[in-house]
Amino acid sequence: MAKSTLREIRHGFADGLLEAARADSNVYVLSADLSSSLGFDKIAAELPNQYVEVGVAEQNMICVASGLAHMGKTAFAGSYSMFSPCRNWEQIRTTVCLNRQPVKIISSHSGFSDASDGATHQALEDIALARVLPELVVLSPADYAEARAMAPALAKDRRPTYVRMQRGKFPDIFPDGIEFKIGPARHIRDGKDVVIFTTGSMASTVLDAAEILEKSKISAAVVHFPTIKPLDEKTVREMASKYGRIITVEEHQIAGGFGSAIAETIAEKQLARLCRIGVRDSFGESGSYEELLKKHGLDTKSIVAQIKKFMLE
Amino acid sequence: MSEITRLEKHAASVRRGVLSMLATAGSGHTAGSLGLVEVVTAMYGAVLKFNPKNPHDSRRDLFMLSNGHVAPVLYATLAEFGLILKSELRTLRKLGTRLQGHPERTKLAWLETTSGPLGEGIGQAAGMALAIKRDGQALKRFVYVVTGDGELDEGNAWESIMFAADQRLGNLIMIVDRNGIQLSGDTENVMPLENLSEKIASFGWNVQEINGNSFEDILNAVKIAHDITDRPTAIIAHTTAGKGVEEIEGDWHWHGKAPSKEQEAKWLKVL
Repeated sequence: MAKSTLREIRHGFADGLLEAARADSNVYVLSADLSSSLGFDKIAAELPNQYVEVGVAEQNMICVASGLAHMGKTAFAGSYSMFSPCRNWEQIRTTVCLNRQPVKIISSHSGFSDASDGATHQALEDIALARVLPELVVLSPADYAEARAMAPALAKDRRPTYVRMQRGKFPDIFPDGIEFKIGPARHIRDGKDVVIFTTGSMASTVLDAAEILEKSKISAAVVHFPTIKPLDEKTVREMASKYGRIITVEEHQIAGGFGSAIAETIAEKQLARLCRIGVRDSFGESGSYEELLKKHGLDTKSIVAQIKKFMLE
Repeated sequence: MSEITRLEKHAASVRRGVLSMLATAGSGHTAGSLGLVEVVTAMYGAVLKFNPKNPHDSRRDLFMLSNGHVAPVLYATLAEFGLILKSELRTLRKLGTRLQGHPERTKLAWLETTSGPLGEGIGQAAGMALAIKRDGQALKRFVYVVTGDGELDEGNAWESIMFAADQRLGNLIMIVDRNGIQLSGDTENVMPLENLSEKIASFGWNVQEINGNSFEDILNAVKIAHDITDRPTAIIAHTTAGKGVEEIEGDWHWHGKAPSKEQEAKWLKVL
């Protein structure tokens, strides 16, 4: 794939959220001592009446967000995935999901992307924790433009939502101004032989892998799922019938994550053969982001090798 | 009839309702529910601004239990003041009921939130009080949250106590049900809380200690709290767990169990 501009996904969300907050004074933004990490500092400076700092207290952040939401606010609560939803899961379950309040859990530094900080900060279990919760929408944008479009769309939606974003600069896939709607998957590459499903920032790596596979006479389609829940099951079924072989790629444990969601859907109908690429029951460690992805089979070269092997099975 | 006499009559009726609904359900939390009868009766009988015809009236005060396990006293009080039917109390904990074992907002419009897992109500109440304050209504609408004392073992509660002080939520009033018991024993044996008053005050709250089974004390404490606008107020309400049924008063074994039908019949005579 031709290399395009590199931008931060989280900054796309923050820029979109600033616009949404300017347009609607009932949009509130909360941070647990991570406003600069999330790019919320501009919102804090410009709209202090809509900004709430809770300190390093992710459990209380969700409780406060739920209370604000009960009074008519749409509350965007920001932290890292490791701490929200991984630390404050029960507060999210009880005060947001069961309580059906429009709280948006906005998290950065997902997957291995907080690379040098080590395993303590690398959230590889958050999709599993989030997608098991009734009422909760689970999203993971692929690039700056998609994240930017997501924020105002969530400001107008009443459902509890979790947004998972990787830290770091990723290639633009979508044009600025692209629309976002909860639910539909996006076809980002055509192919004849096999289809690769992915989510979040891994989309750009998967597009690169598909280019390389083309040289080995494997023509791979790529479908990006910005919405992990509710899953676009129609697309999953259609692709399964069309290709008969599906590969999922995610920066997450293969247990309970995005690939598991796909597996649940196709296994019920025995629609296709499936290869899940992800982290295999292990923690991360300190290192560069690229090194960690490579070690866990999530760099372009490793993904290509795993897909080639699968195509021979 | 004086206001206190009126409230005492309501309280006697609420207490009977609590006992009967728990005995009918066959499970639930008796001690805390009986001990909080005066507090919750005072709220709906004298303190809260609300519109009996519209639970979502935008001018209402907000009241919630962080210690959701004492839901029976809230349900019985709602029935006492005509917000739900008294006959509905028999449905407590039964399939399809609006009166869930722990309160669920989406099931019953008079509830402000869903509670049960402990330590989460203060933060939610603080969020509500903050929204009211930022909307410029702080002197007109108050948010009341009841927390158990054993519940204050939860770290989440102290995160919220710190937050409410930082935001100077003068429209937030926390009532601590200081009955001295929790599920597995007396609070000071399970996890000592004292000096509770000094602890909360040191976080930046106004703190009052009262007899939580005295209507005079409760009404007076709320009045004082209303006049303090620059910080939240904690009312440490010393209540008697199981209040009204002498043989179980103060006994932690009654934290989490319900009376039998025989006990109900016997105790209703005492009440």
